[in-house]
Amino acid sequence: MLVFIIRRSLQSIVVLFVMSLLVFVGVYAIGNPIDILISPQADQIDRERAIAALGLDKPLWEQYWSFLDGVMHGNLGRSFVHSTSALGLILERMPATMELASAAMLIAIVLGIPLGLWAGLRPNGVAGRTIMAGSILGFSLPTFWVGLMLIMVFSVMLGWLPSNGRGETTLLFGFLPVSFLSVDGLKHLVMPATNLALFNLALLIRLTRAGAHEALLQDYVKFARAKGLTNSRVIGVHVLRNILIPIVTVIGLQFGALIGFAIVTESVFAWPGMGKLLIDSIGVLDRPVIVAYLLVIVTFFIVINLLVDVLYSALDPRIRLTDVKG
Amino acid sequence: MGGAARSAVRGGHTSAPPPVAVETPLRRIVADFLSNPVAIFGLALLSLILFLALFAPLISPQNPYDLAQLDVMDSRLPPGSASPSGGTFWLGTDDQGRDMLSAIFYGLRISLGVGIASTVLALAIGLTMGLTAAYVGGRVEMLIMRVVDIQLSFPAILIALILIAVLGQGTGKVIAALVTVQWAYYARTVRGAALVEKRKEYIEAAHCLALSPSRIVFRHLLPNCLPPMIVVATVQVAAAIALEATLSFLGLGLPITEPSLGLLIANGYQYLLSGKYWISFFPGIALLCTIVSINLVADQLRDVLNPRLQR
Repeated sequence: MLVFIIRRSLQSIVVLFVMSLLVFVGVYAIGNPIDILISPQADQIDRERAIAALGLDKPLWEQYWSFLDGVMHGNLGRSFVHSTSALGLILERMPATMELASAAMLIAIVLGIPLGLWAGLRPNGVAGRTIMAGSILGFSLPTFWVGLMLIMVFSVMLGWLPSNGRGETTLLFGFLPVSFLSVDGLKHLVMPATNLALFNLALLIRLTRAGAHEALLQDYVKFARAKGLTNSRVIGVHVLRNILIPIVTVIGLQFGALIGFAIVTESVFAWPGMGKLLIDSIGVLDRPVIVAYLLVIVTFFIVINLLVDVLYSALDPRIRLTDVKG
Repeated sequence: MGGAARSAVRGGHTSAPPPVAVETPLRRIVADFLSNPVAIFGLALLSLILFLALFAPLISPQNPYDLAQLDVMDSRLPPGSASPSGGTFWLGTDDQGRDMLSAIFYGLRISLGVGIASTVLALAIGLTMGLTAAYVGGRVEMLIMRVVDIQLSFPAILIALILIAVLGQGTGKVIAALVTVQWAYYARTVRGAALVEKRKEYIEAAHCLALSPSRIVFRHLLPNCLPPMIVVATVQVAAAIALEATLSFLGLGLPITEPSLGLLIANGYQYLLSGKYWISFFPGIALLCTIVSINLVADQLRDVLNPRLQR
C-alpha cells in the first residue's frame, strides 16, 4: 500500500513536470500579451519597461527556469493583468468552484442512486423506462444550452431565481466564503448546481441501474431472499453494497470532471470560480494564470485518482493495490 | 458469400419455392436494428438532419452570409414575422437580420462537418496506435497506453480548452483539439478488442502462412476489431459536436466567419435576458436533435453489434 502510494506520487511529479513544460512552451508560442496589456499609445521606452517588468525579455528557458524555481518556493508566478500572485488568484476563487461542484455532486447522488435502483428493480415498468429515456436526454443535452434555458425559464419568464453571481456569501469556520448558508446564496446556487449535476445524474442513474440489474440475478441475492430477509434489506444492504464499488469510483473520478465542466457552467451563470478565471485569462493571454490553473487542476486530479484507488481497496478487500501496475 | 452462392443456385431453379430471405450477417444486423421503433425514429431524424446539412444552400430561404440579402431593419424579429421579400421568418431573425432557419441549416453543416472530420481523423490515429500497441506489445504498448490512461483521466473539455489556449483559435485548430481529445478512446477500445482477437486461431493460421505483419494487422485483425469501433465512433461524433459547440459558445471555438450551432447560441445569449429567446433557443434545439438522434442510433448499434447479446 505504502509502496503503491509512493510510486504513484513519483509518477505524478513526472506528469506534472511534463505538463508544465508543454503548457509553458505552448502558451509562450501564442500571441504577445504585451500587445493586449499596453495601450497602443505607449512609446517604445514604456513598452520595453513593461516587458522587462514582466520578465518577458529573457529567453524562454530562463523564463521556465525562474518559473520552476518559483514553483519550488510555492510561487506560481504573478498575473500579468491583476499583478498579484497567480496562485493566490486561483485559491481565492477555489471555494466558489468547490461549492458549486459539491452541490452538483450531492444533487446527482441524492437523485441518481434511488432513481437508478428504481429503474433497475423494475426495468420494464413505465417509470423505469421513463427514467432511462430521461437519462439519455441527460447525456445528450449540451450543458451550456441547458443553462441558458434554465435562465430563460426561471429568471426571465418566471423571475424566481437570479441569473448570475454567487449572491450573499457567509463565512464558514470564519474563513471559507460559502453561498449555501443564506437564502440569497442558496437561490443563486440552485440553478448552476442543477445544471452542472445533469450529466452526472444521468451517469449515476445508468450505472446504478446496470449494477442493480446484474446483482439481482446473482446467487447471493437468491440466498438472501431464501433466508427470508425483507425486500428492503436485500436491496438496501446486499444489492446496494455490491454495486457501490463502481459507483464510488465514478463519483470520485467524476468529481474531477465536474471541476472541469464547471468552466462552462461558471461562464453561463457568471459564477466567480476558477473556471471563469481560466476563460478570462485565456482571453487576455494572462500566461502565469493559465499555467498555474493547469498545475493546480492536474495536482487535484492526481490526488483524486489516488484517493479513489485507495478507497477502492478499502471497499473491496479482493483488490490489492500492489498488484496494480501504476 | 455462402448466402449469395446459395441464392444463385436457387435462382437457377425455376420450380423453386419463392426465395426465403437468407440469413447473412448484414441482413441480420439490419433486421435487428429495425426491430426497435425508437432506433428507427433516431435514424429517420438523423437522416433528415444530414439531408438538411448537405443541401442547406438549396433549401434555405436565404443565404445567411450574403450581406446583400440582409437588412438590419429586420433584426431580432420574433418567429413567424413576415419578411420584406414576401416570405416568413419562421424562426425569427438574429441581431443582423439573418433568418434563423437558414442560419441553423448552415450551422448544422459546419457543426456536422467539424464533428465528422475530427472523428474520422481521430479514428485513423486511434486505430493505428491501438493496433500497434496490441500487436507489438512490450515497451511500445506500455508507452502508448500510459499516454492514453493519463489523457483519459482528464475531462475532455479541459484538454480541449488547454489545447485551444496553446494552439490559438481557428477551424483547423479546433479540429486538432477535438482529434487530440478523442484518439485515446479509440486506441483503448481497439487495443482491448485486438488483444482478444490476437489469441484466436485465425491469427495463428495467418502467422503460419507467413503473411506479413502489416497484412495480418490490416486484413485480418482490423476487420474483426471494427464492430466495437463503429459504436464508439458514432458516440464520439455526437461528443465532438457537443464539445465544439461548447468551445464556440465560450468564444474559443470556430471563427465568426464559420458560425456553427454553438456560435449561434452564443450570439443569442445577450438577448436572452431581454426575452428574445429564439436566437438561442432554436439553434439549441437543432443541436439537441442532432446529438439525441446520433445517440439513439449508437445505442441500438451497440446492442446489435454486441456478440454477447446475439440470439
